[in-house]
Amino acid sequence: MAVLLDVKNLSVSFRTMHGEVKAVRDVSFELHEGENLAIVGESGCGKTVTSKAILRLHDRSGGIVSEGSEILFEGKNIVRMSRKEIGEIRGNGISMIFQDSMTSLNPTMVIGKQIAENILIHKKTGKGESLSQAKKLLELVNVPDAAERMNQYPHQLSGGLRQRVMIAMAIACNPKILIADEPTTALDVTVQAQILELLSDLQKQFGMSVILVTHDFGVVANFADRIQVMYAGSIVERGKKEEIFSDPKHPYTWALLKSIPGRHQGHKGELYSIRGTPPDLLLPLEHCPFSPRCEYCMPICKKRRPEEKYMTETHGIACWLTHEKAPRVDNPLKIGGEARAR
Amino acid sequence: MPDNMPLLSVKNLCKYFPAGRGVLRAVDNVSFDIRQGETFSLVGESGCGKTTCGRTLLGVYTPTSGEVYYNGTDISTFSKREKKLFGKKAQMIFQDPYSCLDPRMTIGSIIQEGMKVHFDLSASERQNKAEEILRKTGLRADFASRFPHELSGGQRQRVGIARALALEPDFIVCDEPIASLDVSIQAQIINLLIKLQQEMGLSYLFISHDLSVVRHISDRIGVMYLGGIVESAPAEEIFRNPFHPYTQALFSSILSVDSDRSSGASRIKLEGEVPSPVNSPSGCKFRTRCKYAAEICSNISPELREIEKDHFAACHLINK
Repeated sequence: MAVLLDVKNLSVSFRTMHGEVKAVRDVSFELHEGENLAIVGESGCGKTVTSKAILRLHDRSGGIVSEGSEILFEGKNIVRMSRKEIGEIRGNGISMIFQDSMTSLNPTMVIGKQIAENILIHKKTGKGESLSQAKKLLELVNVPDAAERMNQYPHQLSGGLRQRVMIAMAIACNPKILIADEPTTALDVTVQAQILELLSDLQKQFGMSVILVTHDFGVVANFADRIQVMYAGSIVERGKKEEIFSDPKHPYTWALLKSIPGRHQGHKGELYSIRGTPPDLLLPLEHCPFSPRCEYCMPICKKRRPEEKYMTETHGIACWLTHEKAPRVDNPLKIGGEARAR
Repeated sequence: MPDNMPLLSVKNLCKYFPAGRGVLRAVDNVSFDIRQGETFSLVGESGCGKTTCGRTLLGVYTPTSGEVYYNGTDISTFSKREKKLFGKKAQMIFQDPYSCLDPRMTIGSIIQEGMKVHFDLSASERQNKAEEILRKTGLRADFASRFPHELSGGQRQRVGIARALALEPDFIVCDEPIASLDVSIQAQIINLLIKLQQEMGLSYLFISHDLSVVRHISDRIGVMYLGGIVESAPAEEIFRNPFHPYTQALFSSILSVDSDRSSGASRIKLEGEVPSPVNSPSGCKFRTRCKYAAEICSNISPELREIEKDHFAACHLINK
């Protein structure tokens, strides 16, 4: 599959009263045509900052993208684009949907107009034509009574419908990439499943690539093709879905999978919890960022940052345990007798 | 108290709110029991009335009709002194650990506030007790002098739990206590709740929409839809063998690490959205979205009946 987006050595930091918070640290990854790439991690790991950097949404929030960072989309570096050029890409080549649909939609504008706005700007069609396209889009995302909904305000819709409206806006100009930042976190399970199925259908229909940002391994297990696990601003493990779920190699991935309640602990049994807290992102972190919390920490882990090592072409791990001289540690999820993954 | 008497018993509880010209039936004819040392969970989608139910049973709202019995006594007949005692014995833990703590109070004074009302203790005794409770919830004693903004989300949730424990309750309503936390922190809080229950014999009413957590922590589960309980059963039983069409649909929507939607595992799709509780359907409230709906469903509202031992469902179409 062809590479659609190539992120190289992306670093993003924010200046604060206490110093420079390095939220994303030297992250590189590729997005292929038609695939669903999930970025997983806990709050503050840099997953949202990474995805927003792709559309340069940090320009006005004080985020500083460091010198050597490159984000190549169709051969052009997004980091160096003029405001006009990036304006052409936003909502057209790459679009984004956010977690909180209530605050992301304009409360003073009926939704038909909001969807048409995007088409009006990028396709330069007339007003009437844009509106009729907006209605078609609402039907496409399965909003019932689309004609009526066109004239309603966001507060008149339920959370699930608002998220559908957001998706309609995002796909209005047939983007090549759709970035979905926690699209279903605020929704109920039944609605969550509907929205994710819709995204997956649209992805197949239009051949879009999707970057799915989430903290929910359940969502990832059902909808992602490839997974990147982030911790403290870096990617600690990446691979195809099967590789991450059936053969995870990084202790942090193990810890995350183990802490999900499931059959493997027994009813009311103790859940695994990671000791300590994530590191302070003001620090340079020249060692492995997970080492203070890691059960398998070795002396080297506290001194040097591990290089990412590839087990297969797609499965990369940034951990000293993969070093040939390191002791062999087996996946603790398998030792328990019942591996969670297929 | 006889052994088989539940600690808390809810009978035909209703809570309606005025909504313009209509009436919003937030909780409609709900009955359940919670036994000593047991966790009963209410699950369901947003707006199904789980939180209102929890609050009504603590006396935050006055019920429109129906009764809540605590140790066999109707709480609405309580004298002033008994009411105060009930306020001490029944506590609540909230969803949002940010807004449920007063930002201008230290952690110590937050925990001691209730003690001032309910216990006859000197200032130093209170302080010692607060520190002991902080340790019990996994925090250091010196947290007592800190303010909420200095704490992380998980630590704040521990303070919320400590505040509830300070009054030595025997019943706690946990209203989505882990919804706003990361997975690894969630695990810590769930472990803490289970540990405290085992040590102190607490009973929980656990309100959550996270079904995998509910399955892990609960003894019994009640599934709510539009203000009513549609099914209730022991935790493993209800997950293994859900009877009610709504429960089946709800559980089939769970995206767990063990399921794989892309490989064809299918979800039971529900048509449309949850109807408004102001204008809920006649008869069975689920009938508008139920693929099995028959004529009887629109005329008569189904009562919860025991289909198998301890397994109740409110549906006309389930045969024994």
